[in-house]
Amino acid sequence: MESSARAFKENARAAVADPQLKRALSHVKEGFIGKRAKAAAKLPEFEVLRDAARDIKNHTLDHLDLYLEHYERKVTETGGQVHWCPTAEDARRAVLEICRAVGARTVTKGKSMIAEEIALNDHLEANGITPVETDLGEYIIQLRGETPSHIIAPAVHLTKDLVEADFRAHHTAFPPERPLSEPRQLVNEAREVLRGKYLAADVGITGANFLVAETGTSVIVTNEGNGDLTQVLPRVHIVVASLEKVVPTLEDVSTILRVLARSATGQECSTYTTFSTGPRRAEDPDGPDQYHVVLLDNGRSSMLGGEFQDMLRCIRCGACMNHCPVYHAIGGHAYGWVYPGPMGAVLTPNLIGIEEAGHLPSASTFCGRCESVCPMRIPLPKMMRHWREREFERHLSPAGARAGLALWAFFAKRPSLYHFVTGMAAPLLAALGRGRFRRLPLAGGWTAHRDMPAPEGRTFRQLWAGRRQGESR
Amino acid sequence: MSEKPPRVGLFVTCLVDLFRPTVGFAAAKLLEDAGCTVEVPRTQTCCGQPAYNSGDRGDARSIAARTVEAFEGYDYVVAPSGSCAAMLREHYPALFTDDPGMAAKAAKLAGRTYELVSFLTDVRGVTGVEARFPGSVTYHDSCSGLRELGIKHQPRALLATVDGLTLAEHADAEVCCGFGGTFCVKYPDISNTMVSEKADAVESTGADTLLAGDLGCLLNMAGKLKRRGAKTSIRHVAEVLAGMTEQPAIGESAEG
Ligand code: SF4
Repeated sequence: MESSARAFKENARAAVADPQLKRALSHVKEGFIGKRAKAAAKLPEFEVLRDAARDIKNHTLDHLDLYLEHYERKVTETGGQVHWCPTAEDARRAVLEICRAVGARTVTKGKSMIAEEIALNDHLEANGITPVETDLGEYIIQLRGETPSHIIAPAVHLTKDLVEADFRAHHTAFPPERPLSEPRQLVNEAREVLRGKYLAADVGITGANFLVAETGTSVIVTNEGNGDLTQVLPRVHIVVASLEKVVPTLEDVSTILRVLARSATGQECSTYTTFSTGPRRAEDPDGPDQYHVVLLDNGRSSMLGGEFQDMLRCIRCGACMNHCPVYHAIGGHAYGWVYPGPMGAVLTPNLIGIEEAGHLPSASTFCGRCESVCPMRIPLPKMMRHWREREFERHLSPAGARAGLALWAFFAKRPSLYHFVTGMAAPLLAALGRGRFRRLPLAGGWTAHRDMPAPEGRTFRQLWAGRRQGESR
Repeated sequence: MSEKPPRVGLFVTCLVDLFRPTVGFAAAKLLEDAGCTVEVPRTQTCCGQPAYNSGDRGDARSIAARTVEAFEGYDYVVAPSGSCAAMLREHYPALFTDDPGMAAKAAKLAGRTYELVSFLTDVRGVTGVEARFPGSVTYHDSCSGLRELGIKHQPRALLATVDGLTLAEHADAEVCCGFGGTFCVKYPDISNTMVSEKADAVESTGADTLLAGDLGCLLNMAGKLKRRGAKTSIRHVAEVLAGMTEQPAIGESAEG
C-alpha cells in the first residue's frame, strides 16, 4: 500500500475538522471500551492469561526458525504448500501465480491485513482477476475504493447513512424504495449480493490469526462466517499470513484465544473460530483441492533480537487503538498506512522506514492506556520512545524542535544559570500576564487553541529562600 | 511518634517552580504535617522528561545524573507530580543500563521516590487533612500517576476529608487531557481535540473547581477552560489538601 504517513499532520488536521468522522468515531469509544472492561472483569484469570499469552509468544519468537520449519513440514505432510515470501512483491507474485495456474477469474477474500499490507487487490485487478471482499466492513470500503481505518473494524470511520447511500448507488438490481436504514437490512442485502460470488469464485483468500506448528493448521476468527465460505467453497484456498503468526501448539491457540476476543470486542469468543489443515481429504465432505500458505516476512525477521521484537507478539486485537485518545480524535486513515493507532505507531516504521513514518511514534502523549489494555503486554509507549531516540540520533527530528530542546537542556544542566533565568522570567511574565496570556511569542502552538496561564510571581525557589534558612546545599 | 522524623527532599518540579510556587509550599506543609522534615536541594532543575520523551537520551542522562546527585542521602524524595515522580521511579534506572555505578545510584533513588499524595497515604499513613474548601470539585487522573504509579483512590480518600468539599466525577476522568509535554505544541490540532473533550466532560459536571495532581495537565486544561470562558476554577490538589487556596486559581489574577 502507498503511504501518506509523511502527511500525518495535514491528515490529522483534516480529520479533526470532519464532523461525519467525529460521529463515526464516537462509536469506537462507546462500542469497544466498556465491553472489553466487562469481559475482562468477568474472567478472574484474565490477567494471568495475559501473562501466559505473552510468554507463549516470547518463547515462540525466541525459537521462530524452529517453529516455522516444523510448521512448513506439517503443512506439506497434510498436502498443502508453503510459499516463503521475503517481500510484499514476492507475496503478490506467489498469489498471482497460484491464481493463474488454475485460470482464476474471480477470487473471494476474507478479511486480511496482510493482503492490505501487500496491496493484493490492486495487483489482482491489474492482472485481470476480480477480488471480492466478503467481510461486511471490507465489502463496504471496497465499494467506496477506500482502505480499512481499523484493523478489526475496517469501516468504523463510516456512519450508517453513508453505507446506505453506497448500497443504493451500487446495488441497482434491488427495488429503489426498499427500506435500508437498519443495520440488519444492510447486512442482509450484502449477504444476498455476496452469496452468488462465493459459488462463482475460483480461489478463496483468507488471512490467519494463528498458524499452528504442531499440526500445520491455520486458524481464523470471524463474526460473520464469511471466512468459512471463502475458504471452503472455491477449489483453491490461499492463506496469506505473516511469519510471526505461528504458535507451537493447539493448546497455545486456545490460551491466546481466551484473551483475543475479550480484548477485541468484549466477546468471550468470536462467533466462528475455524481451523484449516491442508486440502480436502478423500473422506472430507467438502473443502478446497489446493491449500497454499503465502508466508510473508516483509521486514519482520529483522525485528527479531532487537528493541522491537516485542511488537511481534501482537495478535491484532485492536484494543490499543480502541483505547487511544489520539486514534479517537483522528481515526485510522490519518496514520497514512495499513496499521493505525499505537500498534501501527510502532510497527509501521519497522516496515516502511522511520524516514517515512516518523510522525507516528511522535504523535503520542505516552498516556499509556494502550499498554494497559494490550492482551500481549506489549510496551507500546516504550517502543515509540525507541523510535524517537533513533530519529534524534539520526537528526531526523525537525531542526526547530532540536534547537529549542538543546537550549532548554543547556540551562537544565546548569542549575545556577537556570534559576537565574527563571528567577528573572517568572516575575516579568506574571506582571505582563494578568493571570494568563491569549497570545505569547514562540508559543503559537499552545496559544492557537488555549490561553497560557501566567506564573504567580516569583519562583518557588526565590520564595523558599526568602522564608527558610539553613538548607543542606 | 518517637522515631526520628524522616528527611524528605522535595522535588519541586520545573513547572511548579516557575508557574505555581503555591503548590511547592502546599506540598511542604502537607509533608511537615505528616511528620517529615522537608528540604529543597538547590541544584535541582527539571526531571529531564522533555529530553527523554523527545528521544534525546544524552541530555536526559546528564540531567538525570544531576538529579540523582542532588537527592542523595534523603530518606525520601517526593514530587507534587505523578509524571515527574514516575520519571525518577520508573525511567531513571533504565537510562544507565551501560553504567552499573550510576544504575545502582539511580535504582536507589527510584526506590525512595514518591508522588506527594500517594506518599502521604501509602507511606505516611495519612487518612485525613485539616482543610476547608466549600464547593464541588472534579478530579482528573493524570496519566503517569494513574498508570505508572497506581494513583487513583489516594487523592479521593484525602479529598473526602476536606470540610465542605463534594466530589463530582467527570466522565472519562482517566482519559488523557492532551498535554503530553511537547506533544501539545507539536500536534496542536490533535491536542486541542483532546483537551476540548476533557473540558466538555469537566464543564458538564457543573463542578466549581477542577483538580489534578500534575501541573502540566492543569496548565493545559486551565488554558482551554479559560479560553472558552468557563466558570471553572483550576487548582492543584495539594493546594486544596493543604488549605492554601488564598492565591487566585490557575490562569486567574487577583483582579479577576
Ligand atoms: S498491540 Fe496489543 S492491543 Fe494493539 S492490536 Fe496488538 S495485541 Fe492488540
